[in-house]
Amino acid sequence: MGGAVIIGAGLGGLRTAESLRGSGYDGPITIVGDEPHLPYSRPPLSKEALAGGVDIAALEFRRRPALDDVTWLLGLSAVSSDLAARTVTLSDGAVLAFDGLVVASGIRPRRLPIPGPALGRHLLRTADDAEQVRAGLVAGAHVVIMGAGFIGCETAATARTLGAEVTIVALDDEPMIRPLGADLGAGMRHRHEVHGVHFHLGRTIDSFNGDGRVESVSLSDGTELPATLVIEAVGSVANTEWLDGNGLDLSDGLLVDSGMRVSTDLAPVVAVGDVARHPNALFGGPPRRIEHWNMPTETGRRAGQTLAALLGGQPPSDEPFTAMPSFWSDQYDHKLQSFGMPGNASRIAVAQGDVDGPCVVEYHDDSGLVGVVGIDRTPDLVPYRKALLARGSDSG
Amino acid sequence: MTVRITVDRSTCQGYGQCVYEAGDLFHLDDDSISVAAADVAEDRRADAERAADVCPMQAITVE
Ligand SMILES: Cc1cc2nc3c(=O)[nH]c(=O)nc-3n(C[C@H](O)[C@H](O)[C@H](O)COP(=O)(O)OP(=O)(O)OC[C@H]3O[C@@H](n4cnc5c(N)ncnc54)[C@H](O)[C@@H]3O)c2cc1C
Ligand code: SF4
Repeated sequence: MGGAVIIGAGLGGLRTAESLRGSGYDGPITIVGDEPHLPYSRPPLSKEALAGGVDIAALEFRRRPALDDVTWLLGLSAVSSDLAARTVTLSDGAVLAFDGLVVASGIRPRRLPIPGPALGRHLLRTADDAEQVRAGLVAGAHVVIMGAGFIGCETAATARTLGAEVTIVALDDEPMIRPLGADLGAGMRHRHEVHGVHFHLGRTIDSFNGDGRVESVSLSDGTELPATLVIEAVGSVANTEWLDGNGLDLSDGLLVDSGMRVSTDLAPVVAVGDVARHPNALFGGPPRRIEHWNMPTETGRRAGQTLAALLGGQPPSDEPFTAMPSFWSDQYDHKLQSFGMPGNASRIAVAQGDVDGPCVVEYHDDSGLVGVVGIDRTPDLVPYRKALLARGSDSG
Repeated sequence: MTVRITVDRSTCQGYGQCVYEAGDLFHLDDDSISVAAADVAEDRRADAERAADVCPMQAITVE
C-alpha cells in the first residue's frame, strides 16, 4: 500500500498533507525532501535570519497533530518516476510505490554559465545557503549581487545593514521592474542608493576572476569590480527533472488544471506551490507559476481536496481556482506589499503618495484593476484587496 | 468555549499578512506589531488558524 506520496518537504508539501487529512483521507502519507530539515519558512532567509543568524528550529512550521503519522524521508531526493507503474525512485535506490502523487518540489535558483572560479559564488534558496552567505557578510566585505529581483534586493539591504559594500549588477533597467514597473522600480533603487548600494543596470557579468576563488567580476561594459562574495539571484528553474519521461507538460513547471490536477491517465497526480503552473479565474489569461508566499497554502489546500477525492473514488470538484496572489518584501525599514498580478498591467498609476515615499500604486489592464502595490501603507491596501477579490464575482 | 489567540511580540515583524487574512481578529499597533483579539468564539478558530498559517515568522499561537 503506497497511499499518498509527496515529493518536496516545503510549505506546499506540508499544506497538501494537512489538506489531505482535512478532506478525510486517512491512508498513509509519505513526504520525501532532499533537504535535511522539516518544512521551514524561507522568507526570513534573505531578511531576519540572514541578518541575525539561521535558527532552523524557529523557522520550522508548526506541524498539526493530524500529521503525527506521516512518514518523513528527509535528506533523500526523488531521481525518477514511472507514473504508469506508480513508483518513484529515490537517491538511495529505494523504489516508493504510490496510489496518488503530489509534486511539491519547488524551484531552484538559475545558474548562468559564466567562466571563472566557483568558490565565493552563492545561491540563496535554502537554510544551508543562508548559513553560507551569512558567513561572508562581514563589515568591509565586497558583495556583488547578480540580479535585481526581490531576493537580490532584500539580500542587498541585509548585507548593507551588516556593513558590507554592496553592488547590484542586472540586465534590467530598474530593480524589480517586472512586478513593479519602471517608476516604482526607480523609487526602490533610490531607497537602496540612499543606503549606499551601487547599481550597474543594463549590464551582465562576463567573468569571475581570481585564483581559486572569486576576487573580482568583469562586467559586459568592461568595468571590473572587487568581489569577496557573489550572490546569484537571476531567476529560477522548476525542479521537475525527476518527472521526465512520463509525457507531462514540463515546459515551465508542471501544468495543472483548476483543481491542481495534472492531465494524465496514468495515475492521480497533483502539483502545488512554486512548481505548479496553474490557471487563476480571478485574472484569467494563460496558466502561470506564481512564486509567492501564499500560493503553496492556496494550491496545497485545493490539491489535497482533489487528491483525497480521487483516492476515495469520487470526482474532484471542478470549481474555478480563485486565489489572490499576495507578496510582501522588507528592505531596510520599508515594507512593500503586493496583491494580484501587477506584472500583467498595461497602465500603472500612482494613487497615493509618490514612489520615493510611502505610496500606493495601481496596476490596470483592459479588464480593470489587476494589481496593487503599497510601500509603508499596509492598512490602505485593504480596500484594494477587496476590489481585486471582487473580480471573481464578475468573471464567475 | 473560546479560542485564545496570541502574538509573540518579539518575533512579529509587522508584515501584516495576518491582518489581510483576518482583519477583524488582528490589527497593527503604532509600532507595526500585530495585536490579536485575545479571546474569540469557537466558530472563529478556522479563521484564526488560517492567519497563523500565513504568518511567515510563526508568531501567532491559537489555543
Ligand atoms: C530567500 C527567499 C526569500 C523569500 N521571501 C519571500 C517574501 O518576502 N515574500 C513572499 O511572498 N515570498 C517569498 N519567498 C517565496 C516563498 O518562500 C516560496 O514561494 C515558497 O517557499 C514556495 O514553497 P514551495 O513549497 O512551493 O517550495 P519550496 O519551499 O522550495 O519546497 C520544495 C522542497 O522540495 C525539495 N525538492 C526539490 N526537488 C526535490 C526532489 N527531486 N526530491 C525531493 N525533494 C526535492 C526542495 O529542496 C525544497 O525543500 C522567498 C523565497 C526565498 C528563497
Ligand atoms: S503575519 Fe506574523 S509577522 Fe506579520 S504582522 Fe502578523 S503576526 Fe506579525
